Amino acid sequence: MNKNKLYSNGFLIPALIVFGVFFLIPTIISFYYSMTVWTFDSAKFNGIDNYIMFLTDPSLSIGIKNTLIYSILTSGFKVILAFLLAVFLTGKIKTKNIIRSAVFFPNLVSTIAVGITFTSFMHPTKGLFNNILESIGLSGINWLGAGNIALYSVVLVDIWKGLSIATIIYIAGIQAIDRSYYEAAEIDGASKLQKLKYITIPLSVSARNSVIILSFIGGIRSFDLIWSMTGGGPGFATDTLASIIYKQYVAGYYGLSTAGNVIMLILIVFLALPLQKYLYRKEEAIQ
Amino acid sequence: MTQREKKILLADIIGCIFAFFIFICPFLFMLLNSLKDRKGAAKLNFSLPSSLHFENFIEVIQNNNYQILLAFKNSAILTIGSVVLLIIAGSMAGYVIQRKKGKLANATSILVMIGLMLPPSVIPTIWLLKFLNIYKSMFSMIMIETALNIPFTIMLYRGFAGTIPIELEEAAYVDGCTPKQIFMKIIFPLLKPVTATVVILNAVTIFNDFTNPLYFLPGYKNTTIQLTLYNYMSTFQNSYHLLFANIIIIVLPMFILFLFFNKRIVAGMVAGSVKG
Repeated sequence: MNKNKLYSNGFLIPALIVFGVFFLIPTIISFYYSMTVWTFDSAKFNGIDNYIMFLTDPSLSIGIKNTLIYSILTSGFKVILAFLLAVFLTGKIKTKNIIRSAVFFPNLVSTIAVGITFTSFMHPTKGLFNNILESIGLSGINWLGAGNIALYSVVLVDIWKGLSIATIIYIAGIQAIDRSYYEAAEIDGASKLQKLKYITIPLSVSARNSVIILSFIGGIRSFDLIWSMTGGGPGFATDTLASIIYKQYVAGYYGLSTAGNVIMLILIVFLALPLQKYLYRKEEAIQ
Repeated sequence: MTQREKKILLADIIGCIFAFFIFICPFLFMLLNSLKDRKGAAKLNFSLPSSLHFENFIEVIQNNNYQILLAFKNSAILTIGSVVLLIIAGSMAGYVIQRKKGKLANATSILVMIGLMLPPSVIPTIWLLKFLNIYKSMFSMIMIETALNIPFTIMLYRGFAGTIPIELEEAAYVDGCTPKQIFMKIIFPLLKPVTATVVILNAVTIFNDFTNPLYFLPGYKNTTIQLTLYNYMSTFQNSYHLLFANIIIIVLPMFILFLFFNKRIVAGMVAGSVKG
């Protein structure tokens, strides 16, 4: 029996049409329009001028730099903190289900709501963070108002919100490890740290890779948290690619904005994809 | 109590304190401040409200000619419409990709991987919507949410379809079922567990989506729930009590979902995030 007969290509058509029309076609035409001065009525080809502008104009190039800082920092911290948290929450403690729920809930909350709440925590005079700092004798920090700090303040909140999904993935990865490895190690007299180093870390590597890739790509595309907390300010200090794309759109520079979109795509294709390939190759080498 | 038990108890206590301060306090803060009067909430601190001001919620609901109710309606239509389309298109495609070897199936499979990673091209999409004369319509917004979330949905369905034994379909085929009947009568009912995951994950994503409605669905009558919150940020700039009341109203549906489906959501997140 020809098995392929059982499955009709027609089943693929609805998904292909929706995805093709509303995602693929815009993506393809974005390459052309990123090289134009574009109002919807007319498009004047100007070669790679938009890209040159993106790389040379300080108010635009800072977006590329910030996007990279943002995605590297958030994915790095998430993977480390989530691992520690997951090890703790797969341990012998009794309240782990309660704690897991608490860690998990932020994942369901709208980013805008999180942004507003943490913006008020970071209020320079009345905010909770500075009140705590001042009560232990330290001077307050201008969390979102100082150009050299603001980006890192937003990174901090992104880590807080993204930690939940990262921890969930890690918990699943650690729970999937065969218990017999630990039993064998215990018989051989391995210490806790040794078990962590030689069993838990290498055998949860697939969870680690998922966390890194997900948060790295999420970081490159991140928009709503930054937009609700700083709007790209002060000045351009916290502008990322996504916020610049929006700002240029509002300002009517459609070609430039689309070039930003393509740069974002390039960053993902040339950074995230190779990173993923590299991580998976290492993963296979372990297994 | 042994030394070991003491250690675990200590870890329990530290863990709970830590979780309370880091993860619960921000939500407590929202709730407390949503119940204060203007002056009390403006202090932005953790004190208990001196008296409870439930009228904050009424004021938020009445604001701007009951805009938030309109927004709830829009968000509900958007979420339900997109999720239904995602189930239909996603389950069919995910199932066939998992089973079939062929050019179109392979091509779809590659497209899915691309769609999982790449960002949508914003302005070309707007241009296309204008060209098709469907810009600022709920229909186009539903289509876009479907297009953006279908790669992930197909991945979930494809993974789960692999666990359904192929003999079922062959037996049905021998008995004279068409591929369409096989899918409708046998496969789709068996996909139910992953359909539940698809519903919850996509509903949360689409309900909480801010960026796409910001671009593709502007205008008062189209406003969605996340956009009203964003607009209130400037309207209520000095009225933190209303801002937090608004946040509570918006977070509440998710909290209820969380209470009922905690386990299912977590399982879905894991299934969705581990590579397919």
